[in-house]
This record gives sequence, structure tokens and C-alpha cells, in this order.
Amino acid sequence: MEKKQPSFYEEVRAEGITRKDFLKFCATMTAFMGIEASGIGQVVKALETKPRLPVIWFHFQECTCCSESFIRASHPIAASIVLDKISLDYQETLMAASGVQAEEAYKTVMEKFPGEYIVMVEGSIPTENEAYCCIGGRSALQILEEAVANSKAVVAWGNCASAGCVQAASPNPTGAQPVHKVISGKPVINVQGCPPIADVMAGVVVHLLTFDRIPQLDNLGRPKAFYSRRVHDTCYRRANFDAGLFVESFDDEGAKKGYCLYKMGCKGPVTYNSCGIIKWNDGTSYPIQSGHPCIGCAEAGFWDNGPFYQRLPSFAGFGIETTADKIGVGLGVATAAGIAGHAIVTNIRKHREITNTQEAASESETTNS
Amino acid sequence: MAERIVIDPITRIEGHLRVEIEVKDGIITDAYSAGTMVRGIETILKGRDPRDAWAFVGRVCGVCTSTHSLTSVRTVENALGISVPPNAELIRNLMANALYIQDHVVHFYVLHALDWVDVVSALSGDPAEASQIAQSISSWPKSSVGYFAEVKKRLRNFVESGQLGIFANGYWGHKAYKLPPAVNLMAVAHYLEALEFQKELVKVHTIFGGKNPHPNYLVGGVPCSINIDEANAVNAERLAFVGKLFEDAKTFVEQVYIPDLLAIASFYKSDWGAIGGGLTNYLSFGDFPTNGYNNPESFKMPRGVILGRDLSKVHEVQADDPSQIQEFVNNSWYEYSKGDGVGLHPWEGETKLNYTGPKPPYDHLDVSQKYSWVKTPRWKGNAMEVGPLSRMLVGYASGREDYKEVIESTLKTLDVPVEALFSTLGRTAARGLETKLTCDWALGFYQQLLDNIKNGDSRTQNNEKWEPESWPETAKGIGMVEAPRGALSHFIVINQRKIENYQLVVPTTWNASPRDPEGKRSAYEESLIGTPVADPNIPLEVLRTIHSFDPCLACAVHVYDENGSHVHEFKTY
Repeated sequence: MEKKQPSFYEEVRAEGITRKDFLKFCATMTAFMGIEASGIGQVVKALETKPRLPVIWFHFQECTCCSESFIRASHPIAASIVLDKISLDYQETLMAASGVQAEEAYKTVMEKFPGEYIVMVEGSIPTENEAYCCIGGRSALQILEEAVANSKAVVAWGNCASAGCVQAASPNPTGAQPVHKVISGKPVINVQGCPPIADVMAGVVVHLLTFDRIPQLDNLGRPKAFYSRRVHDTCYRRANFDAGLFVESFDDEGAKKGYCLYKMGCKGPVTYNSCGIIKWNDGTSYPIQSGHPCIGCAEAGFWDNGPFYQRLPSFAGFGIETTADKIGVGLGVATAAGIAGHAIVTNIRKHREITNTQEAASESETTNS
Repeated sequence: MAERIVIDPITRIEGHLRVEIEVKDGIITDAYSAGTMVRGIETILKGRDPRDAWAFVGRVCGVCTSTHSLTSVRTVENALGISVPPNAELIRNLMANALYIQDHVVHFYVLHALDWVDVVSALSGDPAEASQIAQSISSWPKSSVGYFAEVKKRLRNFVESGQLGIFANGYWGHKAYKLPPAVNLMAVAHYLEALEFQKELVKVHTIFGGKNPHPNYLVGGVPCSINIDEANAVNAERLAFVGKLFEDAKTFVEQVYIPDLLAIASFYKSDWGAIGGGLTNYLSFGDFPTNGYNNPESFKMPRGVILGRDLSKVHEVQADDPSQIQEFVNNSWYEYSKGDGVGLHPWEGETKLNYTGPKPPYDHLDVSQKYSWVKTPRWKGNAMEVGPLSRMLVGYASGREDYKEVIESTLKTLDVPVEALFSTLGRTAARGLETKLTCDWALGFYQQLLDNIKNGDSRTQNNEKWEPESWPETAKGIGMVEAPRGALSHFIVINQRKIENYQLVVPTTWNASPRDPEGKRSAYEESLIGTPVADPNIPLEVLRTIHSFDPCLACAVHVYDENGSHVHEFKTY
């Protein structure tokens, strides 16, 4: 007799996680997903009572950074989701079986759970010649089409599966295509980034488990909860941008003070992701915080959006050239000329405040030493 | 009559690998290794800014993440004559150390352990016995009876759910599994702990490079600035964080990884210490510079070649010498303009995808023709093994004291002769011993970084040749790195400040490649010959040897550009 599948809650309790930790996890996930606090109860209830979701996870044209990111999920319970809270029945990086035994694993899921399982995809699909990616003698396209046919939904992990990523960069020698371009008739959730942030991946999985439906998506198929804000708008260095304080070359005085990286080519103003909010690897840091401009890895076609270290000429909503040049480079002159305009004045004031504070701090240090 | 067995996909690796073996009377008599996915990253690099290349080639692999980016910045710096500040060298070393430790631990527990550890047998392990064994081999605190009882309970609940997830269809109960149930239970507990551990140490990458996988690199140094009086830079708090991560890593490696490795090896040494040796030639480019990359003698990890397992002589490696490294495509799905029988140095490399295999779906590859997307590199015509075993042997044969100490003490503990190193188990053990060395080096680099900062040097970047206007019209460079999986090299040709040609010769290309024009097998294929297979339909033994190399196929397969070009200037290491 086959036993009833345990719920997520039963699983985590069995693993020695306390109820308090479980509730804390639910609250965190609720917050990440942008659900109001009143929704916590719903998350708790869903995870306590729902059986595990069968998942088939394919690797096609990829580098396995999505799998690697997934196992970095920072919360302890998020790490345990990866292993067994969903029923990860086929995952080439982690699974014990190889060869025919491995193939049987996903075929079993397709037979036992039609219409119920989720297909997760890491990697793009070559269309120039199907033989550019084969597993078990079958092409990526053949495998994907067959598995998707009876699935409930498809999760496209990372930039490869969402937009083709590096192999689709010009001239795209293998005709690499994202999942949504080669299949139809099923919802596809594009979880962008190269790779996506671990906790964003966990958040998407929990959403599927909790609400039994796919999260709200933007017009590019990305979950709104994580991809509705520009890195620029959530950047902790934003005040420096507004004040016209920029890094002019790597490791200069501005860099040592954490000024804005716009002039070094930062793509934060045109990139939608949660780096500034959730950050990477347990909230440790994110690219800008560690001194490198955002390269825009969560956007389709970012590899072809000009050299990484060339500053964006302009972007919607901001007179960026004006702001950066007049406030930043030409500050002294601009001030002397008494430029009007509230925004500019505010920015100059901010610039002064920041620099004055820093000067005061360094003076006091000099006095002390 | 020999029976042909196909194993595809080979799981618990990076990328897409297919192995076909011929078995006669329970012994492997022939083997073919095929990479079955191609992306074409070198072609995509053409015409781009050389300073951007690290990000593109970084995406060659997300498992050995950062290692291609490091190779790339070294390659561009070599071409343009840029030397990086001492702090940048130390930070790069620390990031590479973090990768080694994290990647080797993940390999041992997550990718390799299930070849030796029977998860189902752990269900009948006695927690008291597991605790007694664990305490006898290590002072790791999580070794109580209660702890193992809890792990066993979790495992039982998992198995009873009827949904085995990643453990479904494993080879449980196979007679080649030899560990007692209590040891299996201990190993499963540590498998779960390793999964927790691995996500911690990578924070070294996040601190210096902003994220992991795929941290950021920079031509000329590193992107992070040091300012001990500023919250927005690498300061005392960030440095303390790095120090703690490495201290914790050293503890885990010394108290969990190494004791487990030795314990498991003691049950398998009699047969697997003699199976799977394969090739007899070993190559290492060396790494972890302590006085600039142009001084290989300063490397913690020495450079060299060993031929015919002769540990009394270490041969010199000159990667920019066109006669030393050549690549062949006689059995790979590419074609050369001069015919497929010739070998080309990567600077003269050519590419033309030429798939001639069967149309999918297919049952077998025709191995008498081209049968892989992996090219076949040779060093002075020799097939070479690369990776931890090669590095340990080169270090040992070079007379390095730290290498001699860990190797000799391990051989003594296991009571095996030095020849046991030339085996599947030797390869797996070498990876662990190397991890131990790496932990110590990391703490040394960390201390040097602190000392530099204390002495007033906070520079992390050399901007002298940042602007393309400062570059020559043409330039040519090589970058080498010892990646966790072995000797890695990139080759660049820059023309009019753009990439004209960019090529990679990758560890798994050396190890996983098909036969050369002389019919010589590469490392994977050679290492499988003679291996006993108890049940050809459940080829656990094949996985043991293939996994001992830690395959990384996305790295191994790539496309070369068509035009080799003639450039006047390049620097040699």
C-alpha cells in the first residue's frame, strides 16, 4: 500500500524544525512575495496541509549556475525545500540515478501525476540543429515538448530559460531560444537573473505550493513580487546618484566611499531585480555594494546592451546626462552660476550634506590620531 | 561477446555527458565518452571589449563559478601587460581558495558520495554505533547518539513518504556497496551537513565579488575597494567575516571531510585503490601566486608534467609554445580547413560546427566516426590527466614539503603503497588532501591581506591601462588557472582594441575527450578499461570512476573561431 504523501509542514517537523521556526519562515516568505501580513495564515495553512508537489527539473544549454544558486537558499528551511519539500523527482545535478534509471524517474512522474507536476527548466533550447543538445539520445526540444504536454505549469529558471542568456548573444550560433519561444499552451514563469537570487527561487516555489496557482507576472512573464523594481530605485547608493557623487575610476576616492557607480557603466537604472532588497547569499552583499556596476543580468538581451563599462546614455524617467554631468563633474561651476530648479538644488544640498559629513568625519579622525 | 551499454545522462556532474562501454565477462573492455551539448561562447566573444570577456566566459560554468572569470582577467592582463596590486592578488587567491574548498566538499558529498554510500542501508544503521565511530575518528561536536537517531528518524520519514525525490531509482543494495550500516548513517548525516556548509563559504565571493554564483571580476585588480573607515567598502567587519568563514571551513574540512574520506577509503582501498588509474601522464599549470603571476616559482601549487608515472622527474610546461599544446577534431563534430587529422595550437584554432552524428532520437553513437562535442587536446602528443591527482603528484614529485606531509601521512594511515594513488580512490583522496592544503593557504593569504592594510596599502586596482586608448593596436595573451577540476587555459587575440579570437582549453576537455588520430584514449575512456562491472544494467562502478574526475561538461564543450591570426606581440609566463 502506498503511503499518503506528507505535507510540507509534516516534513519540516520530521526534520526537527520547530513550529516557531516554521512560522517565521512563512512570514519571511510572505514578505518576500509581497503579500500583505494578513496572508501569512494562508501560507502557513497551505504548507501545513498540502502534499508535496512533484517536480521535473531539466538541464539544457546551461552552466548549472541556477542549480547552484538554488542550493544556496539562505533560510534553513528554504534549503530543505530544495531537497524534499517539493518532490524533486528528476534533477540531474543532485539525483542518485543515472542513465535509464534516471529517465525512468521523470517518466514515472509524468505517468503518475498528469496535470499536477511542474516542469522546471534550466538552460535554453537550441533550434539551429536539435543535436546541439541531447540527453539519453533525445533532443532538448523532444524532451521538453513531451514533458510539458501534461504539466501543470513551467518554471523557466534564470536568463537562459527565460531569454536565452549568453549563448543567445549575437550571433547566437546554435539558435538558442528560451522556453516560452518553443512551447505553447502552458503558463511559463520567467525567474530572471544569471542566476536568479536563491531566495527569489525559493519564493517562487513557495508561492506555487501555497496558492496553487502561478504568481502575478509582468508582461515579460516575470513574477511581479521580485521584478517590479529597478535595481537603481532600491539601491542603497541611490542618495549618491541624486547628489551627483560618482565613482570616476575603479578604486578611486569615490569608490572607497561607496559613491554611485553610474559612470562606471552601472545598468541598475534599466534592470529589474531584487538585488537591492533581498541581496545575495543570505543578504551578505550584492554587486554594487561590492564595488562593481550592475551588468543587468536579469534583463533579456543584456549581453548585447553595449560594453559593460560604458555608461548608459540615458534612461526613461530621468535626465540622467544632465544630472550626472552637471551635478557631478561640474558641481563647483554649477553652484557658482546659481542654477535654478528645485530638484537640482535639492541634489546639491544632498551632495554637500554627504561630503560635509564625510569631511567632518575624516577631520575628527585626524584630530583623534 | 561484448555487450554495449549506454549511460546517458551521467548525473551528479555539470553538463551533459554520455558514456558507452563494452563489457565482456564482467569486465569493461572498451569505453567512449561523449559531450552532447554545445553553445558556442567563443564565437560570441568575437568583436567585444576584452574587459567584458570575464563575464561571458564566467558563464561557461556555474559550478566551478569564478574560475573562468579569473582566467579571463589574467589572459587580458597578460596580453596588455598589466600587473595587479598585491591586495588584488590576495583577494583573487582567497576567492579561488573559497571555490576549491566549497567545490571539493560539494563534489565529495553531493556529487560523489552516493557512489560509495548506500542511503537505504543507513536506515538500519545503529545510532549508538554511528556515534561511537564518529567520535573515534573526529572531534566534530555533532556526533552524539541522539543526533544520529534524529537523522535516522528524518531519513525514515522521508523514505516512508513513498516519494524518494533525488534518491529515487538509486543503486541501493548493489553488492559493490561495502560500508556497514552505521557508517552509511554517519555519511548521510554529513551529506546533509555539507549541503548546509557549502552555502556559507561562498559568502567570501559575495563579500569581494557581490554575488555567488558568478561573482564579479575586473581587469587590473578586483572591483571591491578597501577602506577600513567606511561602511561602503571592505572594512574591518567584512574582513572579520571572511576570516570566520575560512576558520569554519578549515574546521569542517579537518573534522568532517577528511575523517569521512579516510573512513570510507578504508573500506574500499583493497579494490578501488587499484582500479581506474587510466592514463599515466599528469599535467598541472600550477597556481596561487605569492609574488605576481609572472613568477611561477612563487606558486603554492607548482607547475609541471609527470610522464609515465615517473615521480622522479617533473617536466617543464610552456603553454604558449605551439608545439606543446595541440587540439584535434578527428573524433569531434567540427572540421578543420587543413583536414581533421592535424592538431592545432589554440592560437591557430579553427571552428566549424559539423554535426555528423545520428539524428535524435538515437540509441547509439557511431564511435567509428566523430562522436562528441569535446575536442581532443594533447601535450607534446601525450594524452594527459588533469585535476587534483595531477596537482598532488606534481607537488609531491617537486618535493614540496606540505604536499609530502599530507600524502605520506595519508598513505601511512590507510596502510597503502604510493601506487594506490594511481586509481579511482587515489583521485578522490587527492581532492580531499588538496582541500586541506588549501584551507591553510587561505588563512595565510588572509593574514597577509590584513598585514598589507595595516601597513597602509589599500590598493585593489591598477587603472594604468584601463582605457583602450592606452593599448597597443594588437596584442595576444594567455591566462592559466588551476581550476578545481584541473589545468585551465584561455587564449586571446586582441585587434583594434576588440577581441579577434578567444579560445579555451578546459580541464574536462583534457579528461573527457574522444580518441586522438593515433587512436589513443583520453583520461575518462582509459580509466574505465579493466573495471569489473557486476551488473551491466546497473553500472555503479562506471559512475565511481567517472565521478572521481568531477566532470564539468559545459566547460569542456565550446566552439573555436575560424580565423587564427598573426599578431606580433605577446608575453610569456
